[in-house]
Amino acid sequence: MTTDAVLRPHAEQLYADELARLAEHDDRPRPPGWRLSPWAVTTYLMGGELPDGTAVSPKYIGPRRLMEVAVATLATDRALLLLGVPGTAKTWVSEHLAAAVSGDSTLLVQGTAGTSEESVRYGWNYARLLAEGPSEAALVESPLMRAMRRGSVARVEELTRMPSDVQDTLITILSEKTLPVPELNSEVQARKGFTVIATANDRDRGVNELSSALRRRFNTVVLPLPETVEAEVDIVARRVSQIGSALELPETPAGLEEIRRVVTVFRELRSGMSADGRTKLKSPSGTLSTAEAISVVTSGLALAAHFGDGVLRAGDVAGGIVGAVVQDPVSDRVVWQEYLETVVRERPEWRDFYRACREVS
Amino acid sequence: MTAHRIDLGERVRVEVYGVRHHGPGSARAVRRALAEFGPDAVLIEGPPEADPLVELAADPGMEPPVALLAYAPGVTPGAEGAGGRRAAFWPFAEFSPEWQAVRYALGAGAAVRFCDLPAANQLVPASGEEEPTAEEPSTEKPSAEKPSAEELSAEEAPPEEGVRLDPLAWLARTAGYDDAERWWDDVVEHRDDAVSPFPAIAEAMAELRAQIEELPPSGLPPGYLRREEQREAHMRRALRRAVKEGHERIAVVCGAWHVPALLARVPASRDDQTLRNLPRAKVAMTWVPWTHGRLAHWSGYGAGVRSPGWYHHLFTAPDRPVERWLTDAARLLRAEDLHVSSAHVIEAVRLAGALAALRGRPLAGLDEVTEATRAVLCEGADLPLELIHRRMVVGERLGAVPDSTPMVPLQRDLAAEQRRLRLKPSALDQEQDLDLRRPLDLDRSRLLHRLRLLNVDWGVPREEGRSKGTFRESWTLMWRPEFDVELIEASAWGTTVLGAATTHAGNLAADAETLADLTSLAERCLLADLGDALPTVMRALSDRAAVDTDVAHLMAALPALVRALRYGDVRGTPTGPLRTVVDTVAVRICVGLPPAAAHLDDDAARVLLQQVDAVDSALSLLSDADHLARWRRTLAALIDHPHLHGLLEGRLTRLLLDSGDLPGVADRMARAVSVGAGPDRAAAWVEGFLSGGALVLVHDEELLRLLDGWIATLPGDSFTDVLPLLRRTFGAYAQAERRTIGERVRRLDAAPAARHAEADAFDPERAAPAAATALRILGWKAPS
Repeated sequence: MTTDAVLRPHAEQLYADELARLAEHDDRPRPPGWRLSPWAVTTYLMGGELPDGTAVSPKYIGPRRLMEVAVATLATDRALLLLGVPGTAKTWVSEHLAAAVSGDSTLLVQGTAGTSEESVRYGWNYARLLAEGPSEAALVESPLMRAMRRGSVARVEELTRMPSDVQDTLITILSEKTLPVPELNSEVQARKGFTVIATANDRDRGVNELSSALRRRFNTVVLPLPETVEAEVDIVARRVSQIGSALELPETPAGLEEIRRVVTVFRELRSGMSADGRTKLKSPSGTLSTAEAISVVTSGLALAAHFGDGVLRAGDVAGGIVGAVVQDPVSDRVVWQEYLETVVRERPEWRDFYRACREVS
Repeated sequence: MTAHRIDLGERVRVEVYGVRHHGPGSARAVRRALAEFGPDAVLIEGPPEADPLVELAADPGMEPPVALLAYAPGVTPGAEGAGGRRAAFWPFAEFSPEWQAVRYALGAGAAVRFCDLPAANQLVPASGEEEPTAEEPSTEKPSAEKPSAEELSAEEAPPEEGVRLDPLAWLARTAGYDDAERWWDDVVEHRDDAVSPFPAIAEAMAELRAQIEELPPSGLPPGYLRREEQREAHMRRALRRAVKEGHERIAVVCGAWHVPALLARVPASRDDQTLRNLPRAKVAMTWVPWTHGRLAHWSGYGAGVRSPGWYHHLFTAPDRPVERWLTDAARLLRAEDLHVSSAHVIEAVRLAGALAALRGRPLAGLDEVTEATRAVLCEGADLPLELIHRRMVVGERLGAVPDSTPMVPLQRDLAAEQRRLRLKPSALDQEQDLDLRRPLDLDRSRLLHRLRLLNVDWGVPREEGRSKGTFRESWTLMWRPEFDVELIEASAWGTTVLGAATTHAGNLAADAETLADLTSLAERCLLADLGDALPTVMRALSDRAAVDTDVAHLMAALPALVRALRYGDVRGTPTGPLRTVVDTVAVRICVGLPPAAAHLDDDAARVLLQQVDAVDSALSLLSDADHLARWRRTLAALIDHPHLHGLLEGRLTRLLLDSGDLPGVADRMARAVSVGAGPDRAAAWVEGFLSGGALVLVHDEELLRLLDGWIATLPGDSFTDVLPLLRRTFGAYAQAERRTIGERVRRLDAAPAARHAEADAFDPERAAPAAATALRILGWKAPS
């Protein structure tokens, strides 16, 4: 299957060219088991230009120091915990880090309430187990075990969604760097280059807090929400155009003005302050992440393309915004009404938006 | 290796050490260079007025951080507002090169001289002609000049000025460092040969100055260059004087920028020309205790230090600064019951090292250490990191000065105010009645209120004073010795009572926890007439009001705000910003009230009832048509809400009835007390409706009739249910009102209408003397 037909190619497939070029020009020392040097990994994430003129696109738009801390953490063979509210590119960063460091972002354990110990350590091929008894051949490796054998980066997504006892199986792996297999009276010792990148969000409800024993074994990097409107508009515009082309939506000029407006509304409500810093606002219960802004604009685009006049207008995004803001029907509605009346209404150039919002709320 | 050294004649040798103000690296280098050179006189960049005070630096009671404070004694608060700051500080920390030079010289018995332009010349008021000595030609009048250009911090200064203020930081930035100390560490400290850096600095500065002088002078405040020229001329003059005094080995410690100027051979006559007829101000100097916190955000040398605690650590730590720092951080976190193990520290040190390597730096600096602290020790949390920032990076070190130090200006200002207002401090308590319509008493009241804001409770208002009216205040005055301590502490906020109270009110506003704190602060600001602090307080207030999700808090705050607004009017204080806050709070209450009023139990309804009453009377007091209309609209919309408590519904009906905004009240009442409504709800309705005043029943006969009819038609057992509630309502009325209502009820059937139309007419002429007297009693007209 070619990459073109795949709905969502892996990072190392999508950016194979950039990775190859980076490796070509990378003359700095590489830690054992790494495909690139830490400097090249940082360049891959933050973007830059190579000596031969190849432009490396930025994967993460945000403070460089965060990526430096992340890369330095992995280089000191510590495990990395990416923390942040939903929609701050945790998974995105972990995938690209794994792709750049080990050239493989697929060694992934997805944390859910139903994640079992087998999927973190190892399972058995029961037919074989019954027929031949415990043996290497009957062992079913987990992605983590495979990463240990290969000496590459394993990813654990949504670590806090796993039940606590399953989380804690990571402790031995992280501190001893071995995975004992008592049934075979053997163990798997991690090769150099093995490490774990976990992501977790600290805002959602229904999470299992990490035990402090596990927490100690991670270096933590908190990914913040975008710092400025410009940065966030940039992120939203980039992703919207990528998603739009992937979904093959009819070509619609994604009005930068409308995106800016959506981003402004999200940022103002999130930060509890109007953009000019003169009015304080209440914040709604939802997270209003950049990811949500992206989906509001994307669905607005779809609306405009299929039902509207083909141009993204206030009316196309109003519904999405109200839906994103008003999560709790009582308290959030008050927040939204207050925002609408005290901020939106005061902006003469937002009159169409005000009207559209009044219609849907 | 001699670029920083000149030999004058046979015997005299001068070495000039260009330093970074508050740079620990520079401090160490100066210390080393001085020990090697062994001078018999040390010249230091600083105000020469401080020469007599310098001995105090060797006093055991003197602990840095301290500051030399120059201020103009006896300047009135009004002039401070007009001409900018009338004081300058020269702070010294343990790690300041200047401080190390002073300490070395005093220890070694060398003479110490401050060689900068005298503070007397730097603190000249903006309008030069006020000064008796201002005889210079009018073209040179320093009209737009700041009192001391160095008060600008390096960050806010325009680029060129930034270079002049902290040229080493500029070199560091050019080399790709954001922290000049780290650049210094990398470039100077971590070289093993321990060669003195000063020749190189002198060369670099000469080069830098030559290049900058070629540029067109742009972005500098007017007069900056001339001031700089004067300062350097004075430094050279001080150097010549030291030579004349017969010193043979002279060391000069000054900002790196000035090194080439000091080494240059300029004829003495030219410097005399430059320094001729400079305007002078009267200046007093003293040492004051300083804090690392103040060092961090403001500094007389301009080169603001963002991380004094880190610098102090760098200066004092004998070796392994990163390891020691992270261990200290871990201990600090442990003291706060946060679990941090040695393993954490090990990992943090490793991460800091890896980060430094990734960034191509020989040793981890504050940035790397902070990142490592955040990622490992704090596990990504910002709160403990803030603690570390406050306690360690900035540090909470407070300096101390010996007892023999002269007084701080705030004390002098207070003494001047006391003389002006004829209020003598006394250790016995005195009663003082103030009539706020008299300017002298009004000023006294303001002074006392300002002092109270500064925690100097010299005067305490007497409780009963409040009820006498808005123009009279009663105080109990008693002076206690510890107030001097409070004043010295408060002097960090300003040099005058007014200035300090204004700054402190701003701080209080920033730290206030609740809306109530802020409203009371606003009231205090109005009382103390702190017009400059008011906007800050109001901003904080409106911010707090905006995020307060509890409409009850807003409703509780509004009456006080409206009172403050009215009170401000009486005292002639401008209340524009307060007005804005009141406006927004009123709007927010109107938006928030409907959801807050639904589904309440009896107790909650009772609480809300009082608040609705309070807001209603506050808004009536405000008598703003817009607000009243909005408020009434809100109430009118609320009244038909199906889940409204009976008590509230009754009360709202009454409020709207009083304002005349609700048609068909009688119908409503009939509906509320009709058979369809449960007796307890009906009784609650009646209680709400009648609470707070019997007059409506005395005067509105139709309503009384309605109520009477309802009670009369209650079934027997319902009546016993309702009776306690009715008793509670009527029990709150005055006896006379109850009797009147009773009489009315008796005569209900025979009551004739339109009885007193005639009695309402009055003769304005006959009423005039009585009205005038009443106005005089109320204080609306001052007694003639």
